[in-house]
Amino acid sequence: MATQTDAGDQKLHAVPSAEDEAGQAYFDKIIAEDSRIEPADWMPEKYRKTLTRQMSQHAHSEIIGMQPEANWITRAPSLKRKAILMAKVQDEAGHGLYLYSATETLGTPRHVLNEQLMSGKAKYSSIFNYPANSWADMGAIGWLVDGAAIANQVPLCRASYGPYGRAMVRICKEESFHQRQGFEILLELANGTPAQKQMAQDAVNRFYAPALMMFGPTDTDSPNSQQSMAWNIKRFSNDELRSRFVGMIQEQVKVLGLTLPDDEIRYNEETGLWEHGELNWDEFYEVLAGRGPCNAQRMERRREAHENGAWVREAAAAYAAKKAQKAQVA
Amino acid sequence: MAQPVKPAPEETSALSDKQPWPLWEVFVRSSRGLSHVHAGSLHAPDAEMAVRNARDLYTRRNEGVSLWVVPASAIVASDPDAKGEFFESPKGKDYRHATYYTKSEGVKHL
Repeated sequence: MATQTDAGDQKLHAVPSAEDEAGQAYFDKIIAEDSRIEPADWMPEKYRKTLTRQMSQHAHSEIIGMQPEANWITRAPSLKRKAILMAKVQDEAGHGLYLYSATETLGTPRHVLNEQLMSGKAKYSSIFNYPANSWADMGAIGWLVDGAAIANQVPLCRASYGPYGRAMVRICKEESFHQRQGFEILLELANGTPAQKQMAQDAVNRFYAPALMMFGPTDTDSPNSQQSMAWNIKRFSNDELRSRFVGMIQEQVKVLGLTLPDDEIRYNEETGLWEHGELNWDEFYEVLAGRGPCNAQRMERRREAHENGAWVREAAAAYAAKKAQKAQVA
Repeated sequence: MAQPVKPAPEETSALSDKQPWPLWEVFVRSSRGLSHVHAGSLHAPDAEMAVRNARDLYTRRNEGVSLWVVPASAIVASDPDAKGEFFESPKGKDYRHATYYTKSEGVKHL
């Protein structure tokens, strides 16, 4: 049986072996049929690498994404809101774990992925490097950030790599609660006192542009997109998904009685696409490069949490070893 | 399904509590009368913790009434390289399906 490490050695061969050629042909056939690649299948080294990068970044984003919200659990305005927020943060941890499991099937063990996150070698979504300053931010994050995530993730349920698609199906089912609870936080604030309504509007103003940037650079600046689309990992371009999202939220914001901080939103009859104002891509690249408002804090918290949890992991492993030894003796 | 991940050589020589936890495959029975279906995988130090973690990870919304966890390393798979050949035999044996028998079409309760 071909193991994952064997597949990892393919790049060492200068000339493709007969096995590689047969593998490539089979891979191409599966992709052409829009079928699914499974872990034990032969796959091009670049496909494996692209997926490992994308899926682990996605997993890291879920894990780091716990922080802005966990920060509000103790200050949530009611017991109901605390319970909801805890459930949501727990879901994010779960989503991270589904995605780490799926990524592992490509051959990189979870502890290595985790090290890549903590050493700063791996990236995560830049959105989580923005602070959550007010309670209304919990609403804006749920509505806009989780909303953008859903718009991005629904097509990923059909990604050509089986384990990724399956993880995404599970995640998408759970995300819809996240978006709705956020929307309802904003709705309640928008119907509250003028100060509460202002707080909701401020949150929307701050999260609007960063949420749109979650879809990634414009199509002209996204060189890897084409290959990902040819491999059926990505189904729609960044700009297509962003446009679709703008169309959805410009309608939803009316229900809130709030406005989006963009007066250039319009539907282009010709292209059938929603258009929006220019985004500040310099800011996007700054945050991505680690110079966003919260990058340092997020990484520090992540490392701290990992170190503080060491004794739990060690104790669990020691207990398991002791029990296994006892069982052997008995 | 996740493949078992072997620890790198330098880790096997380290203390047991420094080793990555083994990988388990999780199967969930969604309700009585149905089979357990593969849901995903997770890492846990032992079987008991694997079951607890599986509950937290895969049944947060009443998705199951019963769980199985199996060490990923205990799963034996058919040879992925064999692809078609291994499953060749049933192909061309349409007579194993009811739809093969067309002459009796229209006969009631058959």
